[in-house]
Amino acid sequence: MENLINIFIKSVFIDNMVFAYFLGMCSYLAVSKTVKTSFGLGMAVVFVLTITLPINYLLENYVLKAGALSWISDDFANVDLSFLSFILFIAIIAAMVQLVEMVIEKFSPTLYSSLGIFLPLIAVNCAILGGSLFMAEREYANVAEATVFGFGSGIGWLLAIVGIAAIREKIKYSNVPKPLKGLGITFIITGLMGLAFMGFMGINL
Amino acid sequence: MFSKKNLKLLTDPINKDNPITVQVLGICSALAVTVKLEPAVVMSLSVIFVTAMSNVVISLLRNTIPKRIRIIVQLVVVAALVIIVDQFLKAFVFDVSKQLSVFVGLIITNCIIMGRLEAFALSNSPKRAFLDGIGNGLGYGAILIIVAFFRELFGSGTIWDIQVMPEKLYQLGYANNGLMILPPMALIVVGVIIWVQRGRNRELIEE
Repeated sequence: MENLINIFIKSVFIDNMVFAYFLGMCSYLAVSKTVKTSFGLGMAVVFVLTITLPINYLLENYVLKAGALSWISDDFANVDLSFLSFILFIAIIAAMVQLVEMVIEKFSPTLYSSLGIFLPLIAVNCAILGGSLFMAEREYANVAEATVFGFGSGIGWLLAIVGIAAIREKIKYSNVPKPLKGLGITFIITGLMGLAFMGFMGINL
Repeated sequence: MFSKKNLKLLTDPINKDNPITVQVLGICSALAVTVKLEPAVVMSLSVIFVTAMSNVVISLLRNTIPKRIRIIVQLVVVAALVIIVDQFLKAFVFDVSKQLSVFVGLIITNCIIMGRLEAFALSNSPKRAFLDGIGNGLGYGAILIIVAFFRELFGSGTIWDIQVMPEKLYQLGYANNGLMILPPMALIVVGVIIWVQRGRNRELIEE
């Protein structure tokens, strides 16, 4: 349990998807104009990350990794399919996004209409694929750890996008040098937020 | 081959229509690999290859792909090309491939590639799509190399791992700026590049 909390804190604050690895920057910059829409997108990312990571974890450990297929029979012990991981991870992500979209549309039309346009975009959000690839690289011990890592990374991303959206709403009223307006100042603010987040480095529960 | 219109496809993305600073695409991978010049160059070459080739493939298939499933077709084509790049890097430049870690895989979700496929390759001939892919890859690479140059110069005092800051300077009390190596500085360097670019090209300024 302690281990899980540790992974969660680490993935939210220290290894934050946006500030430490710049993942999901495209939608982070494009959708962060108002707090409301960015919260919607953030929730969708949390949702999809929490669902896809355990599935990709099982795929990685029982199908793709070197020797992972030995549960079928010993003949497969030497098979290494890890070069297929990119294509299978992205296929799972695209399929899950489609599935989530259909389920939400069926059971909660209000949530669907607020998330609607963002859901298809998420399939190509680097934070989602990045989560799966980091999970494969860091070799978490079991499904629970991978799930918590996915959930934590999602929350970290949500935190970052809501934070920047709130700042951008306010900065509209300040006197920014003209060439820096819009994109430029957003980059610099993100950099400063990243510096602030570096203060969390080294925290260990 | 290089009529004026085609040349424009190649040169526009380098400055006026730059994928990173103007179209705001593909920033994810751009920043993480720019601590040193070498991985940045390798990354740029990989992205140029993938954008150009995927543009050509999708452009060839553009009349046969049903509209509803085009995103998944694009993803499969791009993923296959990225696997080729990844295996190639692992075989020939293993050290750099280790440094780039997950970011090679993340070329799949690089918005430049999907963006150009959607906006250009689906409605243009393979030749034009190829030039557009090369152009956008070069525009991406240009920013990557500028950022990596400054970060490596001020962060480690080296360029392509060769010491350029003179020893004398260190004896006078100069120190490498460790901040440049940390992730947030990449964002600030890109912010400054945008500032300079828009200061010179007034028509790019946002209202």
